[in-house]
Amino acid sequence: MTRKKLATVWLDGCSGCHMSFLDMDERLLALADSIELVYSPLVDFKQFPERVDLTLVEGAVSSEDDLKKIRHIRQHTRVLISLGDCAVTANVPSMRNPFGVKAILDAVYQQPDLLNAQVPSEGVPSLLPVARPVHMVVPVDVYVPGCPPSADQIYFVVSELLAERQPDLRRMLRFG
Amino acid sequence: MTNRVLTLQINGQEVSGREDETILEVAREHDIHIPTLCQLEGLSSIGACRLCLVEVANVPKLLTACITPIQEGMEVHTESERLNHYRRLVIEMLFSEGNHICSVCVSNGHCELQNMAQLLGVDHVHLPYRNPQRRVDASHDRFIFDPNRCILCTRCVRVCDEVEGAHTWDLKARGIQSQVMTDLNQPWGDSTSCTSCGKCVHLCPTGALFEKGKSVAEMSKRREFLPYLTIMRGKHR
Repeated sequence: MTRKKLATVWLDGCSGCHMSFLDMDERLLALADSIELVYSPLVDFKQFPERVDLTLVEGAVSSEDDLKKIRHIRQHTRVLISLGDCAVTANVPSMRNPFGVKAILDAVYQQPDLLNAQVPSEGVPSLLPVARPVHMVVPVDVYVPGCPPSADQIYFVVSELLAERQPDLRRMLRFG
Repeated sequence: MTNRVLTLQINGQEVSGREDETILEVAREHDIHIPTLCQLEGLSSIGACRLCLVEVANVPKLLTACITPIQEGMEVHTESERLNHYRRLVIEMLFSEGNHICSVCVSNGHCELQNMAQLLGVDHVHLPYRNPQRRVDASHDRFIFDPNRCILCTRCVRVCDEVEGAHTWDLKARGIQSQVMTDLNQPWGDSTSCTSCGKCVHLCPTGALFEKGKSVAEMSKRREFLPYLTIMRGKHR
């Protein structure tokens, strides 16, 4: 049996969804026989591979870097899964949306009592005008809301997709 | 005055009800579930949220079950792909219209909007989010109003007027700008009509109205007072 190529990506999120992924515990060993983890913040590959079967995306699309990454990933992924509320709704990262980028950066980095106050511009990607859910930027195949989705839910989704079935968990999951 | 008994069909099932009853009331008496958000037993019904839309044979448009009186021989359908489509669309529009961040909301896990999304299988919102800028009113001693989480069901307006008799809450502006307000659009804490009874807070389906000091997921609402007051006052709505 050929193992399916699995990737996980961390955009604008807190890594809680990845923690939930790791919470699958011993079931990860069972999955390990049928998957090959080809790209993830949990491993050390630098390049997103040419062909990936399943990609789990955590986080909203908030910066130029997120945007570049998710477009590239979509092109090289067969089944793209929005994992968790940040990917599905933009969640907490979207709380800045009503105020605009300048107001947020000023509020954080330009306080009058800060010594040498400056907005970081070197080595960090610039923020997009609003944080958006993944499906507003590229087509998404499976939605897994939750903050975070539980390990059971992630296991169910991944196992169903590995068996080439569309997981039906719409009534199992909720936002938040 | 006596009310006649009418017979009709709901989902092919023969049912009967008094002529002054609505489709929703008769459906509930026969354990037929129709989703609702703005409707609440004990308050007047206004058909604002459109979740209780049903199909009636030979009527081209969809009707709101909570305010449509029954008729003899009516054929009602409460479940169809078309109805599910519109109900899900209603929920998606509510989510995209305000700023609903379930994960950090006081009502997470106790919210009727969140529950309804789950029940109807809304797993994402395909409409663009509006991200409106709305100010939180924390001027009241005990309660907070967060318009970002308000779905304009007007339960607060109705309970304050019809049950408490204070009419502190009302609606302002029109269309997408509509919001609920206290007194003449004054801060809640300055209201001279508010009795601080908290009925609005506990009937609010989301985290738009909540008690001070409650953190994420801590605000569960207590609604037992409403059927009690309705029965004690002997008024059937």
